[in-house]
Amino acid sequence: MKAVGIILAGGNNNRMGGLSRKRAIPAMPIGGSFRCIDFALSNMSNSHVQTVAVLTQYNARSLNEHLSSSKWWDFGRKQGGMYLFTPTMTAENSDWFRGTADAMCQNIDFLKKRHEPYVIISSGDCVYKMDYNDLLDFHIAKKADITIACKDMPADADVSRFGVIRMNEDSRITEFEEKPLVAQSNTISAGVYVIRRRQLIEILEKTAEENRFDFVTDVLIRYRNIKKICGYKLKSYWSNIASVDDYYRTNMDFLKSDLRDHFFRQEPKIYSRVDDLPPAKYNAGSKVSGSLVSSGCIINSQVENSVLFKKVFVGKNCVIKNSIILNDVYIGDNTHVENCIVESHGTLKANTYYSGENKILVVSEKNDRYLL
Amino acid sequence: MIKKEMIAMLLAGGQGSRLGVLTSDVAKPAVAFGGKYRIIDFPLSNCINSGIDTVGVLTQYQPLRLNTHIGIGIPWDLDRNNGGVTVLPPYERSNNSEWYTGTANAIYQNLRYMENYNPEYVLILSGDHIYKMDYEVMLDFHKENKADVTIATMPVPMEEAGRFGIVIADENKKIQDFEEKPEKPRSNLASMGIYIFSWNVLKDALIELKDQKKCDFGKHIIPYCFENEKRLFAYEFNGYWKDVGTLGSYWEANMELVDLIPEFNLYEEYWKIYTKCDTIEPQYIAPEASVERCIIGEASEIYGAVIHSVIGPNVHIGRGTIIRDSIIMKDTDIGDNVTIEKAIIAENCKIGDGVVLGFGDEAPNVLNEDVYSFGLVTIGENSTIPSNVRVGKNTAISGETSREAGDYPDGLLAGGGAIIKAGDRK
Repeated sequence: MKAVGIILAGGNNNRMGGLSRKRAIPAMPIGGSFRCIDFALSNMSNSHVQTVAVLTQYNARSLNEHLSSSKWWDFGRKQGGMYLFTPTMTAENSDWFRGTADAMCQNIDFLKKRHEPYVIISSGDCVYKMDYNDLLDFHIAKKADITIACKDMPADADVSRFGVIRMNEDSRITEFEEKPLVAQSNTISAGVYVIRRRQLIEILEKTAEENRFDFVTDVLIRYRNIKKICGYKLKSYWSNIASVDDYYRTNMDFLKSDLRDHFFRQEPKIYSRVDDLPPAKYNAGSKVSGSLVSSGCIINSQVENSVLFKKVFVGKNCVIKNSIILNDVYIGDNTHVENCIVESHGTLKANTYYSGENKILVVSEKNDRYLL
Repeated sequence: MIKKEMIAMLLAGGQGSRLGVLTSDVAKPAVAFGGKYRIIDFPLSNCINSGIDTVGVLTQYQPLRLNTHIGIGIPWDLDRNNGGVTVLPPYERSNNSEWYTGTANAIYQNLRYMENYNPEYVLILSGDHIYKMDYEVMLDFHKENKADVTIATMPVPMEEAGRFGIVIADENKKIQDFEEKPEKPRSNLASMGIYIFSWNVLKDALIELKDQKKCDFGKHIIPYCFENEKRLFAYEFNGYWKDVGTLGSYWEANMELVDLIPEFNLYEEYWKIYTKCDTIEPQYIAPEASVERCIIGEASEIYGAVIHSVIGPNVHIGRGTIIRDSIIMKDTDIGDNVTIEKAIIAENCKIGDGVVLGFGDEAPNVLNEDVYSFGLVTIGENSTIPSNVRVGKNTAISGETSREAGDYPDGLLAGGGAIIKAGDRK
C-alpha cells in the first residue's frame, strides 16, 4: 500500500445527548462487540496500510484505553504501526487542536517523515467497510488532487447535517456545501479522503498561515475550483454516528441478516480489542428473540428486538424490548426497559420501569450493585 | 544469568484415545471445551494467574491445532522477552533419537530448556484437566514443608478412591505410602497428576532413571524419590477439578457449566480463563428461536430451539431444529428441522436438514463399547451427515458420509453403529 493513514478521532457532537459525555464518538460501542473506530482501523489494516496516525482530543480516556495495544488490528509492528497523537504543549504551540486541519498540521512532522506518496484520511465516527486500495486506484486513474469517498443517501433522507456534494459526469466535484439549509443533491461526503502526501503538507501549511483550521470548509470547499477534487461512490453500507438517533438506528441495523453478513461473515473482518469474556449464558426462564447478544452476558428473562453489548446481566422477570444495552450493565429483577439506550456500567434497580415514548430514552443509572 | 523461581512444564502430547473420534486428528489438550475454550487453556491460564511466566509445552501427538492455538502465547500474556511459552516437540539427535516415550522421559529430553532458566522449582502439569488452581499457594506449601516433591491431591469419596492413584499421608501431610487403584483404599487423597519438584531433586532423578523404558512420573520418578527418602508432601486441593478423559466425563463437565450457578464458574472476575479467539462478533437469536439453559459462543446464529446445551462460536442452527443435552463445537452448520439429543459434534461439521441424532435404545458400540457409551452420539471434526438420516445412541461418525456411499442403509445408523471415514484410526 502506497499510503499512510490518518484517523480523525476528535469527535464530540452535542446531538449525542449524554452519550458523548463519557467518551468520544469513536469510542462508542457499536454492533454488540465493537467500537466505532474499529471500522476505520480495521479498514486501514485490511487495506495493508502500514502506518496509521490516530488524532484524538475530546474526552479520549475511553478511546485511549481501547487503543492501549495496537496488536488487535495487527498494527503491533516494528515497521510502521499505530501512532496516537493528542494535543501537546510545545515551545511553539500551546493550543488545542482547533479543527481537523489544525490537528494534522500540528502533527505535520509525522507526515513529513513518512515516505509513502499518498495519505488516506478517515473519520473515526463512521461505520463502514472499504478497501482503500480501490479508492486509491480511482484517485490515480482520475489524476485527481483530492478524492472524497461519498455515498448516495435515500431520496427521503435528511442530508442537511452532512457535506452535500454535486459532481459532473467525470466524477469531478462541482459543488460542496457543508450542512446546507436546502440540499441540492442527496450525495454526501463519507468523510474519507485521499491526497498526495506532499500536496497535503503544502496545503496544511498554507492553511495554517491563514489561520484557518478546518479540513472541510477551509480546504475542500475553498480549493474545489482550483484543485481537481473527485468523488468516489461507496456502494456498501455506511453510517455516521452523530446523534442519538443515528446511534440507535446503526446498532439496530445489525439485527438485519444482510448487514451481519457484510460485517461479520464476509472477509476481511472487523477487529476489536479482545477482552476474554466467557460465552453468553441463558438460564432457565430466558426468552430471547430477534436480538444480538455479546459474550459475557447472563440472561434470565425476556429480551426482544434488542442489542445487548458485552457482559450484560438481565435478572428474572424482566422485559427488554427495542433497546440497546451497553457494556457491563446490570438489570435487576422485574425491570421493564423499552425504547431505551442504557449507558455502560449502569445498574438498574429491581422493579423499575424505563420506557422511551416517541423518542429514544438514554438511561444512565449509577446505583450500587450487589452481585450474587 | 536468567533466573526464574519456578517454571512450568505442561505435558500436552497425550493422544486421549478414550475421547474416540474427537481426538482422531487433534491432541486431547486441543479439544474444545465450554463453547469457546480448549482444554489446555485451563492449565495455561492457571499458570499466568499464578504468576508463572515461563511454560514449556511438550507436544507429540497431532500437534498442529495445539501449535496454532498457542502461537507465541499472546492470549495468555505469555509473549515475554524473557521466558514466556515455548512449544517443545521431540527432536532428532545425532544418535539415539526417540519420541517421548513417557511423561518423565519427555521432561528428561528437555533438560536443557529447563537449565536455561536456572529454576529453583519445576511445576509439572498435564494438559487434560479442567480446574482453577493457584500454583503459588502450592509452592508456598512446598517451601513451608521444605519438601523435595509436593503432589497435589484432592479428597474423593471413599467408595470411588479405588479408581485413582491414592496417597497416604500423616497429619503433617508427609507422604507415607502410595497405592495405585487399591481395592481397599487406606486414604481418600487422590493424586491429581500435578507435581512441584525442587529442581536438583528432579534433575538427579531424571538423570538417574534416564535409561528406564517409558519413564513415567507416577510409576518411576515419584517411587524413586520416595525410596531415596526425599521429603514428599501431599498438598490438598479442595476446588473443582475434573478429568475429561472419557466421552462421558467430557460431556458431563460441559453440561455442568450450564447450571444456574455452576460449581466451575467461568463468569467470576477473579481468575479469568484466557483463550485465543478468532471470533468476537455477537450472536444472533432469531425471533423464532428459543434458547434456555445453555451457553452459546460468539457469532453463532440460532433459528431453532436450544435446550440445556453448550454451543461453540460461529455455529449456525436452522429453523425448526431442536437441540437438547448436546455439545456443538465451533463453525458447525446444522440444517433445518433437525433433532439432536445427547450428542457431541466436533468442529466444522455439516448436519443436513431433517436429521435425527440420538434416537431409540442404547446398544453396545461395534468399535469400542468402553469408549462410545453413555448413550452419546459422537461426531468427529469436518464430518458431513446427509439430510434425513437417523442415527441411534452410542454411535460414532467421522468423515464425509453420504447415503449414496451406502453409509446409511434405509437412511439409518442403528444404535451402537459407527462410520469412520476420516482420521488416523480409519
